[in-house]
Amino acid sequence: MQYLDEFRDPLLARVVLDRIAELVSRPWVLMEVCGGQTHSLIRYGIDQLIPPEIELIHGPGCPVCVTPIECVDEAIMLASQDGIILTTFADMLRVPGSKTDLLATRAGAAEVRTVYSPLDALKIAQENPERQVVFFAVGFETTVTANAMSVLQAEAQGVDNFSLLLSQVTVPPAIAAIAGSPDNRVQAFLAAGHVCTVMGYWQYETLANQLGVPIVIAGFEPLDLLLAIEAAIRQLEQAQAQVENQYSRCVSLQGNIRAQQLIRQVFREAGQTWRGLGELAASGLVLQADYIKFDARWRFKLTPKPAVPTQECRAGEVLTGRLKPVDCPHFGNRCNPQSPMGATMVSAEGACAAYFNYRQPADVISA
Amino acid sequence: MPDCRFPFEKYPVVTLAHGAGGRFTQQLIDDVFTAALTEVQKDHDGALLRLEVGASERLVMSTDSYVVKPLFFPGGNIASLAVTGTCNDLAMCGAEPGELSCAWIIEEGFATESLYRLAVSMAETAAEVGARLVTGDTKVVERGHGDGVYLNVTGVGVRRLVCEPGLIRAGDSIIVSGDIGRHGCAIMTQRQDLQLQSPLASDCAHLWPQVEDLLPLSENIHCLRDLTRGGLATALSELSQSSKLQMTIETERVPVSESVSSVCELLGLDPLYTANEGRMVILCSPQAETEVLRILDSGAAVIGRVEEGQGIVATGAFGVDRVLDRLSGEQLPRIC
Repeated sequence: MQYLDEFRDPLLARVVLDRIAELVSRPWVLMEVCGGQTHSLIRYGIDQLIPPEIELIHGPGCPVCVTPIECVDEAIMLASQDGIILTTFADMLRVPGSKTDLLATRAGAAEVRTVYSPLDALKIAQENPERQVVFFAVGFETTVTANAMSVLQAEAQGVDNFSLLLSQVTVPPAIAAIAGSPDNRVQAFLAAGHVCTVMGYWQYETLANQLGVPIVIAGFEPLDLLLAIEAAIRQLEQAQAQVENQYSRCVSLQGNIRAQQLIRQVFREAGQTWRGLGELAASGLVLQADYIKFDARWRFKLTPKPAVPTQECRAGEVLTGRLKPVDCPHFGNRCNPQSPMGATMVSAEGACAAYFNYRQPADVISA
Repeated sequence: MPDCRFPFEKYPVVTLAHGAGGRFTQQLIDDVFTAALTEVQKDHDGALLRLEVGASERLVMSTDSYVVKPLFFPGGNIASLAVTGTCNDLAMCGAEPGELSCAWIIEEGFATESLYRLAVSMAETAAEVGARLVTGDTKVVERGHGDGVYLNVTGVGVRRLVCEPGLIRAGDSIIVSGDIGRHGCAIMTQRQDLQLQSPLASDCAHLWPQVEDLLPLSENIHCLRDLTRGGLATALSELSQSSKLQMTIETERVPVSESVSSVCELLGLDPLYTANEGRMVILCSPQAETEVLRILDSGAAVIGRVEEGQGIVATGAFGVDRVLDRLSGEQLPRIC
């Protein structure tokens, strides 16, 4: 595949790995923000190929993983009501709520349909005018644009049986929260390339200055990641703290301006609860007053529930880089993809699932 | 297509009356099934088999049920899939597909024209490999209780090749008979809610012709396994478990077409876990490797070796090993 294979070339990877080895003079801790990057790093074994001085911590950039349990419970509650079709991305199906998950809810006769885009959900609403169709709008800035578009189209076409159950989050506040926490170990961030494709990286300039950490915009292929690691290490070794774009084939400083306009037209910033990080100010996106009728919480008069404690699952520590998945006492024992204790084991982008799929010790599979 | 033209205008859809066992049932059977499946022995409750089994030969039997959606997809349909699926299971036991039964569970309201097309396709697919559909059954379920058509096909055949997981030895070569993942990707792209422009067709095909070509090497062929749901990784994992040996593969040597890698890339799927319906792995002595590759078509490739140990170890492009496990549930396309 052109534009992909070049970024998976083992010989080129070796060249960059050698350069990284030459640069490193002392231990450094980097965090890749996005779950897609975590998977790529573990899948290609990059964490094992880079010099041992470099520690990679896997950040909270998996939308499924940071969606709070109480929000999954709301989705399950709506799906269980007569007359409601709940539509969702497939990887939310197995995420445990406080009692059950959407897959089991669907098996129990609730109508839960998987879609690939909120626009598909809107189509289902148009085809089922006698039913209410709710889209479980989970995601970062990458998916928010499509959510905005679905609201604008629903408004334009007068579709009044369509609404969004929102759990939308944005990356910069999460980076700020992690870098600013008292027990933070992260010295540089690899920012999520897809998010920056939409949002640009102008937001990160101030962030890097304020936090005093290098932020490198990184792609998802092994070469993208290696080049980003190299850039971060170079900055750290030279005591710099700048924003650097290593994903320039997709990302520009300004980003997709039209998409940003759409997002601002439909949504506004608000406080948002993240699994693992807690409530972060201005880290969520909720509907503007003009579009409030498309808010499922407003439409179905859902009252905010108190946050559900994450029981024994230690996903919160994993998402903030304080615990490696394999060091969790439940990893591979009580917690595995068949019976996940938390979202990080379910989602294709979850750190625990990445370790389970690519790095499980031999005794786990034989069990 | 057989000459008989189905009287669609008389009853365009299947009704519950067609399942009641009376006159309508007989009409449906006559108009659809006996018309399309000419070898079905309809005057009795069972079929007399014509298979001849020598004193030293063994019969193999296999059954499988099919609930694929959509019912028609590029490269096949549920009926062709059901016949190749069951025949392939026989072929993997070294048996030449002989005689088959089919059981149809039809949802009320299903178009009789589609039903007839499926029955014809079933007959044609069986004929491709010389198998005969000799007996069958139909049931009609209420609307909403089925997904158009569910099918069960059971088959028997005479074993021509002794091959089973117990014969796998450390040192055996692992060969895959062609590029992987086509069926799973073709189905994914056809599902109503995903509109991708993709030239992909299912690899749905009989494996017996290839197995038959391999018969001269029978001493060196130790085990065959078709790749179905769960893909190559799941098949190897099952073989590892039953042989108590380790399957070591190099992922770069596994053949994957450009279209399959693109679809997988887009949906966040792994070709190693994506479904196939016309591919198998062959475990054979290393000295037979070249000959097996010569006999199979050019898409076949040696992807690894059997070693002492357990599980599957896959060496990636960067030389780092990863452990592959069976698929948990189905592969779910990711958000972003």
